[in-house]
Amino acid sequence: MTGSRSKFSTYGEKAIELLIRMCGMSAIFFVFAIFFFVFREGAPILASKEFGLGEFLTSTDWYPTSMSNVRFGTLALLMGTLSVTGVAMLIAVPFGLGAAIFISEFCTGKLREILKIIIELLAAIPSIVWGFIGLTVMNPLIQKVFHVPVGLNVLNAGILLALMGIPVIVSVGEDALKAVPDSYREGALALGATRWQITWRVLLPAAKNGLLAAVLLGVGRAVGETMAVLMATGHSVQVPHSVFDSCRTLTATIAAELGEASEGSPHYRVLFLIGILLFTITFIVNLTADLVVKGIRKK
Amino acid sequence: MVKPKVQIENLRLSYGAKEVIHGISFDIEPNEILGIIGPAQSGKTSLLRCINRTIEFTVGAKPTGTIRVDGEDIAEMRNVYELRRRVGMVAPLPVGLPLSIYDNVAFAPRAAGMKKKSELDTLVEKCLTQAALWDEVKDRLDTLGTKLSGGQQQRLTIARALSHSPEILCLDEFSIAIDPVTTMRIEDVLKVLKKEMTIILVTNLVQQARRLAARTMFLWNGEIIELGPTEQLFGDKPKDKRTYDYVNGIFG
Amino acid sequence: MSTPADTQLVAQFGETLFTRKKKRSERIAQCVFAVMVACIIIPLVLIIGYLVKEGYSLISWKFLTTNPTNGMRSGGIWSALLGTFWLVGVSLCISAPIGVLAAVYLNEYAKNNWFNRVVNLAVVNLAGVPSIVHGLFGVGAFVLFAHMGHSILAASLTLAIMTMPVIIASTKEALAAVPRQFREACWNVGATRWQTIWRIVLPNSISGILTGVILQVSRTAGETAPILFTGAVFYRRIEEGNLFAYNITDQCMALSTHLFAVKTQVTNAPEALSFAIALVLLALVVFVNLSAILFRSWLRSRKKW
Repeated sequence: MTGSRSKFSTYGEKAIELLIRMCGMSAIFFVFAIFFFVFREGAPILASKEFGLGEFLTSTDWYPTSMSNVRFGTLALLMGTLSVTGVAMLIAVPFGLGAAIFISEFCTGKLREILKIIIELLAAIPSIVWGFIGLTVMNPLIQKVFHVPVGLNVLNAGILLALMGIPVIVSVGEDALKAVPDSYREGALALGATRWQITWRVLLPAAKNGLLAAVLLGVGRAVGETMAVLMATGHSVQVPHSVFDSCRTLTATIAAELGEASEGSPHYRVLFLIGILLFTITFIVNLTADLVVKGIRKK
Repeated sequence: MVKPKVQIENLRLSYGAKEVIHGISFDIEPNEILGIIGPAQSGKTSLLRCINRTIEFTVGAKPTGTIRVDGEDIAEMRNVYELRRRVGMVAPLPVGLPLSIYDNVAFAPRAAGMKKKSELDTLVEKCLTQAALWDEVKDRLDTLGTKLSGGQQQRLTIARALSHSPEILCLDEFSIAIDPVTTMRIEDVLKVLKKEMTIILVTNLVQQARRLAARTMFLWNGEIIELGPTEQLFGDKPKDKRTYDYVNGIFG
Repeated sequence: MSTPADTQLVAQFGETLFTRKKKRSERIAQCVFAVMVACIIIPLVLIIGYLVKEGYSLISWKFLTTNPTNGMRSGGIWSALLGTFWLVGVSLCISAPIGVLAAVYLNEYAKNNWFNRVVNLAVVNLAGVPSIVHGLFGVGAFVLFAHMGHSILAASLTLAIMTMPVIIASTKEALAAVPRQFREACWNVGATRWQTIWRIVLPNSISGILTGVILQVSRTAGETAPILFTGAVFYRRIEEGNLFAYNITDQCMALSTHLFAVKTQVTNAPEALSFAIALVLLALVVFVNLSAILFRSWLRSRKKW
């Protein structure tokens, strides 16, 4: 039997395959495009005499709208990002991994399904709603519980980011634990180990790469978060010395100030440069997470 | 002298760095049933997949050598899908596509361009009848193929293989996952089909080869140990001692 | 009365000090983890409850279908709600086809070489880029370079690129769930790769693809940073009740930016108003996600093989 449409189908097949390949590579194209277009808007200031890259990265003086002495030091902002992320991870990692272990190893059937659904819904809450919660709920709560005058601070944002990062850690962590072969569990069970012993001595070491990747992805999420930290950290640009200090993160700075900066001005371009900085940080975090995960495969 | 249907010349196959077929050459005569026996991992399935060029879907597989069908080098054929329609393939595990029984059998002709319902209806009935499945399913052609029993799915696979009128039918240990009764029915089908096409029957059931194949080939570790009349391989004096050992269960 | 045989049995299988300690540590571990999970869930439930309590009073059909009035201090949220729907719709039309085909490439055509690892890495990175950086990209690429100006189109394109990884991941998972035997059976009868994908693989992956689409919808609806500078505007008057009151080249309001504006930019807005907006947004997102979850389990029960 000869195909009556063999010629057409060969060309048609090739055309569709080309389209599919192009779509497949679009992800690479978009990542490059993001870097390119953000850099394009920010790059001109690198050539400017008033701008120093060293000062940009190491100075804590952020006075972009000053009339007399414009300074673009982002260190305080970076410290803001790091401190908020740090607090968030301090909370999210134990709770997230604990929840992942509980759901994966100590839970079965209906309870597990319900918990997984709740975690999924937790992940779905938009960051603006979290920011709103930070302003309206956490703010007075922190003031009351800790007897501090201002509730918009590192702690507030840290708790919000932790609640936002936990679903990431739980789902990736759960995958990592699920990937450990059942034979490990069964072998340990045959030796008389309890579930906790199995988890602590067998599963965690076996899944540690995947769990590390989960934490890294949580970090990436926290570093990149914008609206929640914008609303919850207060508005002072300073290096925070305690969790009750207000601060500003890199992301919040861009969101807060881009609307005011006129197109093409140095302030505008520096904000784009901060975007490049953020892109680089999250790129490194994601690359590390990917390499860590691939590290298991090599074994 | 009748020209061979299939000519294999110095076929070598490697998966990555590992060579699994080491330069074999043989002919398959038209309208014969050629049995291929041999232990696992001998290259039997790989050999079949070289003949219909589905080996190309396996990443890292590198075949060299020449395979000719009706004198034509299959590697030179422009339309590889045409070749795959000339060669029917039945895999060891029964596969019913998640389509209705009708669509299962109509799948290949539709993919080749057949559109008219009347033509498809006739073809579906013909193939299901040839595969000894028609009577069981003629009233429920819209049942999902995946819901049939193993034996029925294997016959459905044969019907699918017949739907594109192949000249060569390859069966790769077709009876592994089905019951003896269905196996017998399919063997009867093969005896009839032999008149229209050439059949390559990979099997590990000695009795099956004896029942169906006039000639049999013993393939071991990617090499042809012996190729000749079936009775010679399974008798008391095969040409190669290893054949005797394998057939009589001394190894493999 | 225990016999010598009994005591021997107890000695062999009964509890020893060791097993009792093991059981205790097991129970403690279980408690600790359960408490941890509770610590996550209880605040969540309390917060949502608080939101409902404070915002519930303002929610009504009128609230959803009338425009904001009095400098956004009263009235409804129609313009923001419609804007969100437009943004979601347009970005879906862009990201779904590309995302599905990209997943088809990754799962069906790509070999396991270094290039395709880079592609996979790019998808992961695309998902990990901060949302504000996506916003900057949108400004640089669509608003300025492509001269789209501040528009729904520019904002939707930005959102589409940002949420594409969601569709890619769900589609890939759905495609991979189709057993390889089906593909091989199709290739064996002379079907081309695309014919196999089109007739067997894609139709049996629809559930996963739709789940990905629904999840993308929920993410898009909640995003703020990418649209702040690419097409969203804090206030705009549009015709009430007209689904096409927006044009693709217009700027639009959106629920997420509206919440931000009312809470942080508008003075003397009543507390309940911002709670109500947050509640609507939250309800929208939760509803969409729950639909995805229920849809997924319904389709799982209808397995064809």
